[in-house]
Amino acid sequence: MKTGRIPQQVVVLSVIAVVVVAGFFGMRALFVPESFGKYGHYRADSVDAIRKLPIQYGGAKACAECHDEVAATKSQGFHRGVSCEVCHGPAAAHIEDPGTIKPTAPRQRELCPLCHNYSPSRPTGFPQILTAQHNPGKPCMSCHKPHDPVPPNAPKECSACHRGIWSQKLVSPHASLECSTCHEVPKEHSVDPRGFVVSKPTGNQACERCHSNAALAASAIPQVTSEHTARYLCWDCHYPHFPEGKK
Amino acid sequence: MSLDKEQGPGPGIVTTAGPASTVEVDTAAMDRRQFFDLCKKALPAGMALLAAGTPISGLASAETEAAAGALPEPKMPSYAMAIDVEKCIGCGRCAAACKAENKVPPSPHYVRTWVERYVVPREGEALVDSPNAGIDGFPDQPEVDILKTFFAPKLCNQCANPPCVQVCPVGATFQTRDGVVLVDDDYCVGCRYCIQACPYGARYLHPEKLVADKCTFCYHRITQGLLPACVEVCPTEARVFGDLNSRSSPIQRVLRFNPIMSLKAELNTRPKVFYANADQEIR
Repeated sequence: MKTGRIPQQVVVLSVIAVVVVAGFFGMRALFVPESFGKYGHYRADSVDAIRKLPIQYGGAKACAECHDEVAATKSQGFHRGVSCEVCHGPAAAHIEDPGTIKPTAPRQRELCPLCHNYSPSRPTGFPQILTAQHNPGKPCMSCHKPHDPVPPNAPKECSACHRGIWSQKLVSPHASLECSTCHEVPKEHSVDPRGFVVSKPTGNQACERCHSNAALAASAIPQVTSEHTARYLCWDCHYPHFPEGKK
Repeated sequence: MSLDKEQGPGPGIVTTAGPASTVEVDTAAMDRRQFFDLCKKALPAGMALLAAGTPISGLASAETEAAAGALPEPKMPSYAMAIDVEKCIGCGRCAAACKAENKVPPSPHYVRTWVERYVVPREGEALVDSPNAGIDGFPDQPEVDILKTFFAPKLCNQCANPPCVQVCPVGATFQTRDGVVLVDDDYCVGCRYCIQACPYGARYLHPEKLVADKCTFCYHRITQGLLPACVEVCPTEARVFGDLNSRSSPIQRVLRFNPIMSLKAELNTRPKVFYANADQEIR
């Protein structure tokens, strides 16, 4: 075999290698999108595509630009944190074309109970009703203004708002006690619940009025010695609205 | 070991840049011995440069000087959400708004965000339910001796270290430079690896598009200065959205004044969705 001449198999393999490599880069240029890898292992153009998706909810600020009177009323009431589109539905289209496209306005009882129907899982103090018992069939709007909701008449019973506590107390040995036995309730509390806060007992004296063995109470009431209460607050162990007693 | 020389601007010209001198040699006329001599000269200069840690190219250092005089580029935002569990009333408006904003199919199986109700009994496991993502409200409490009960909204946690992005075989799901994990609809092949990889169950396969779909933090809204739809409609401000790189962002206040936890922190996914006042039962 002559030296200096390139063997045929080397030539063939080289040509194949060149074709494969060229093919790889050719295909890569053809199939990999242009913007792939601009910022990372993804198509940079898709970020722009996602950014251009249509918007459905215009935002409460945009509503206030035209409906400034409603916005002013609402900003002073309990619903100030509730965006317009929670009840009226997505309204970006209405902002674009206010003349022809009108957002919905719920007038019946369907929407309010989603927030205000009683559920023990809701945070304490959130205003709740039992929808089935609270003026059944009557639209909420007939008594409450949705943009400035306050109870039409100040509720007389504590249970109107503190339904969870009330329903527990009702089946407990404390059922016959009035709330005012332990709490001092300012008159204004029913109108301005957060401005005028109800007092809570601070020491064991509140319970000892009935449950101390020195108290002049009926023998049916469980009574304890002063040693029992010396080191703890009563409600460290006993929940006053549902005192379990001996278990 | 690489040779301490730099390819200069012109063809056939080798430039050795040193702090003291610059030598230019025509490489075409250079034989092997000359080349080694040149390397010998260049080596100490190169070592000195490396030790000093200065940029080798004179042009580059000029550029950095020019940049130092200009204003710094505005910081890329780092979007995040905080959820105050104590404020959530479980109305499900977030889940409903999300479906409307992002055209998520109406079937209860497809959700980008949902509200879970936790009922923790005095004995036994916590009961968790989320009928139709909580959009239509919740049925009556289960008949158990309840220790405590609360609502917890869930969504894609927008992990800083996302498992879904790691497993995607085609680069269709990715993290943008502002920290949001997105899905490229045109590039996804619908293999469902990411749905399996997500520890939060935040992804689903879109029944019509046949691609993976998930919460985008409403990327089309936040990049225009609007809030995500769920945050916009949340009536109790249980959801707060903001930019972690901005001191004045409302999320900073939530993170500062509340005890904060992340879901499944032990997985090192580093979520960008933070839970305030949350119970350990939330997973």
